[in-house]
Parts: sequence; C-alpha cells; structure tokens
Amino acid sequence: MITARRKTGRTVVALLATAVLAAGAWHFRPLSPAPWTDAEVEILRSLWIGSLPPLAPDPSNAVADDPRAAKLGQQLFFDTRMSANAAISCASCHQPERRFTDGLPKGQGIANSRRNTRSIVGVAYSPWLYWDGRKDSLWSQALAPLEDVNEHGSDRIKVVDLVTQGAEYRDAYEKLFGGFDPAQEDAVDTAFANVGKTIAAFERLLMPSPSRFDHYVAALLDGNESGNISALSTDEILGLQLFIGEAGCTQCHNGPLLTNHEFHNTGVISFPGEVPDKGRVAGVRQLLADPFNCVGGYSDDTEKHCTELEYVRTGPELTGAFRTPSLRNLENTSPYMHKGQIGTLMEVLEHYNAAPFAMIGHNEAKPLNLSSRELKQLEAFLKALAAPIAAPDQWLGVPTTGIAGNNE
Amino acid sequence: MRVRPLLIAMLFLTLQGSAVAGDDEREWLSVRGIFKASFEVDDPIEINKIHSWVLSIQTMSGDPVNTAEISVDGGMPLHDHGMPTRPRVTENLGNGRYRLEGLRFHMNGQWEVSVTVKADGEVDTVIIALDL
Repeated sequence: MITARRKTGRTVVALLATAVLAAGAWHFRPLSPAPWTDAEVEILRSLWIGSLPPLAPDPSNAVADDPRAAKLGQQLFFDTRMSANAAISCASCHQPERRFTDGLPKGQGIANSRRNTRSIVGVAYSPWLYWDGRKDSLWSQALAPLEDVNEHGSDRIKVVDLVTQGAEYRDAYEKLFGGFDPAQEDAVDTAFANVGKTIAAFERLLMPSPSRFDHYVAALLDGNESGNISALSTDEILGLQLFIGEAGCTQCHNGPLLTNHEFHNTGVISFPGEVPDKGRVAGVRQLLADPFNCVGGYSDDTEKHCTELEYVRTGPELTGAFRTPSLRNLENTSPYMHKGQIGTLMEVLEHYNAAPFAMIGHNEAKPLNLSSRELKQLEAFLKALAAPIAAPDQWLGVPTTGIAGNNE
Repeated sequence: MRVRPLLIAMLFLTLQGSAVAGDDEREWLSVRGIFKASFEVDDPIEINKIHSWVLSIQTMSGDPVNTAEISVDGGMPLHDHGMPTRPRVTENLGNGRYRLEGLRFHMNGQWEVSVTVKADGEVDTVIIALDL
C-alpha cells in the first residue's frame, strides 16, 4: 500500500511539473527566437508603419502640399471667429492634446453635434471622411462644420469675408489664390472651397509616429539588428497573435493605419434615446449630391480623377455601416464608436466578443468567444499602438509666429 | 482509405480557386456551363487598392465572346456583405476581352466575384473565387 501511495504521489508530482512546464512554455512561446510563421511575419509587415506609403498628392487641391497654405490653414483651424458665436473653432472638438478629438460621446459645438469627433491624425490617407463617408476629400470635409448649425453655425459669406477681406489673412490668401473678385462667377463658393483647401493642407501634416508595436516589427524584420525585439511584453505579443489570428481584427483593421477606410455594420447599439443611425447608406447619397465632391466644379483637378467616387457602392446593404477607425489613435480618445456609445477599450472588445444583433441592417461580425484573459491580452496589444503625433510641435497648437503666409 | 482525406483536400483546394497575381491561366466555368472566363491583372491584388482587370470571356469551345453585355458584383459570403465598390466593364478590347474597372477588396479572406454574361441569347454567371 505504501509503495502504491508513493507511486501515485510521484505520478501526481510529475504530472504537476509537466503541467507547470507546459503552461510556462505556452506562456513564453512568443518570446522564443522565431515565434511567427513566415505568413504571420508578412501580416505584421503589412501593419507596420514602415509600410505606409508616402502620402499621395491630392490633385483636387492645388495647395495641398504648399507650406504657406498649411500655415494659413492652421491659423483658421484655431480661429474661433470661424463660428457664429466667436467661441468655436475646429480645435474646440479636434483638440491636439487628445489626438484631435474631444473626450466626449458627441462633439460639442454651438450645440450637440450628431456624432463622435474622429481623430484627424493620418486621415489624409482615407478616401472617405466622416463616420458615414459623406465627404471624399479633406478640403470638402473642412467646409461642412463651418455651416453646421450645431457646430460652428457660421456661413460661407462670413467665412469668406473674414479670410479674404480681413487684414489678418488677406495677404496670405491672395498669395495663394489671388484677390477675391466678387464679380467672378461662383466667387463665394470658390473662395469657401479655398478656405477648406488651406485647412486640408494643415491636416495633411498630422501623421502618427512609430509605436512600440512598430519598433517590435522593425526589430523582427531585420533580425533584431537595429530594433528592440523586447519592445512588446508577453501579454502584448499574445494579444497581437489574437489580433492577427483568432480574433479576426485585421479583417477590417488592416494596413499600416489599421483601417481599411471602409464601412461596416458591427451591431453597435444606437445612442440612448435616438433611433438607429443609418450611417453609410445615407452618407453616400449625400456624397453623390455634394457640389464640393470630387467630380464637382470646385476640384482643382481638371481631369477629375475620381475613381473612388465613380465606382462607389450605394444601397441598403450599407445600412448602419460606419467607417472603420484607425487603431493608431486610441490613446486618450475615448469614448469610442460613432456616437461615443462605448466608454472603454475593454468594453469595445467585449462588444466584439459578443457580436450582438444589429438594430438596423445586420452585424457583419461574428461572436469571438474569447476568454477574459484573451480580451486583456488584446487590450494590452491595442495600448502598445500608442505613439505621439509625428508632426513638429509648431503644428500642434495655436500658431504663435507672425501672420500666416508672411514669414516663409 | 487514408488517401481519401488527401483527395478531398486536393479537390477542395482546386475548387477554392486562387488569387495569386498573374493567375491569368486559370479559367472559371459559368454556373450553367455556357461560358468560361479568366482575368488578368497588372500587379498582385492588394487589399484596399482600387484597380482594374482584363476579363476574357469564351464559349465552352474556346471561341471569344465579342459582344457580351457584362455585369459584375461580388462579396464575401462568410461576412454576408458585398464589395465596397461597383465595378463595371468600361471598354470592349476585342477578341473576347473586356476592361473591368473599379474593383477593390477591403478585407482579407474569401471573396466571390460574380460575372454575369449576356451574349447570343444566353445569360449565365461565372463565379470567380478569390482567397486574398
């Protein structure tokens, strides 16, 4: 009996030791020299910020890459006179210290805006703007809040008057676009579009910088010769494995900005007390009717390269679909989703884990059934995407030097 | 008996089709067996990039179909959604070849591009399966 009991005891100890070793091996597996398959390395490369191509020129905006325009655009972005009550500027909702968001469920201008304020960092890469993509260029988007009664509440005549006639901006404007001639056909609308084009030139400078995730991938790609393979913790690496694998996040959050810039219905519940938001199905109708869209008369591209708009999809399938946000702007930008319905990253992950039925349209996502430990690992990975904005400090606040356009 | 799973796997892979670049050798048969189609792309298909194909439509005996009316749609069956664009044929290049513009795939995974061909009093659809 004693021998038998000892044997059992030894077996239990051996089993326990094996289990501990196995758990340890599993836990530390990602830190082994080659934790990723070749196919996974290619996925990681595709998400790496080093894969971000140079920003393409915007032929619809002749001043898109003119530093004088960016400087004027920056001044207008922070100028509260661009509003009906002289209290609201673009920066009221797009606050630089919050990655150009505001920390609120919905933007707060003169009144409550309809949706959550999106970050504008890296947005110059997107063919669509706004949650519903109702704009197809940065410059066209920049115009809409100025005349939205809930946001700036101003109008194009006042805006054009401030920029083209006021002493502060007139010289800078005229150097870029020539003098404002009220006799010219469409003079106000043309000048209004020009205002948007300067703001766009400023926004094109706001890009994300490499995060710890990018340092990790850089190190992985060159065999850790110049990078830091320990840039990510074990939990973050396990989260990354889930991100590109079982959790399926890269189906929509793909490419170096971790977004496909497209529209998906993921079953996010409507804002309390509101009917469900139709999203893209309505946004695309507005886009096609917009005189400031890519094919409209205010684009500077005489050949009208508007492939995205020309082949854009419309129809009821896009009901309740919203544009995938970049995951490079998660830090200090809660609450999340199109109306800020979800307060924390963990709650966002829990939402995708459950994939509830959509209130309108259908939820494209399927339940993930991940454990709470796995959700924490995913959250850890998402936090490792945080990084400062790449633009120099001079672009990240109210401009302090000189009058726009005069100090080049 | 051991061979069967392998055969099934091979058959499955064959039916899956492939999205590799320059896969212009591959032909897809239409659902009712009236036409066959193939396509050429200049560069490897990248997700999120709008691009064009050259579609070739032939009869089952290999003759080019020169006067086809072609409509194209597609989507991801597993996600129950369509393409983010509405591609369309913009030019008849002759010899059964047609320029198809405005394609974009915005997710990795299995896609189906359905090409409906109307010619010579027949209508049939070719489903091109891609795994991106």
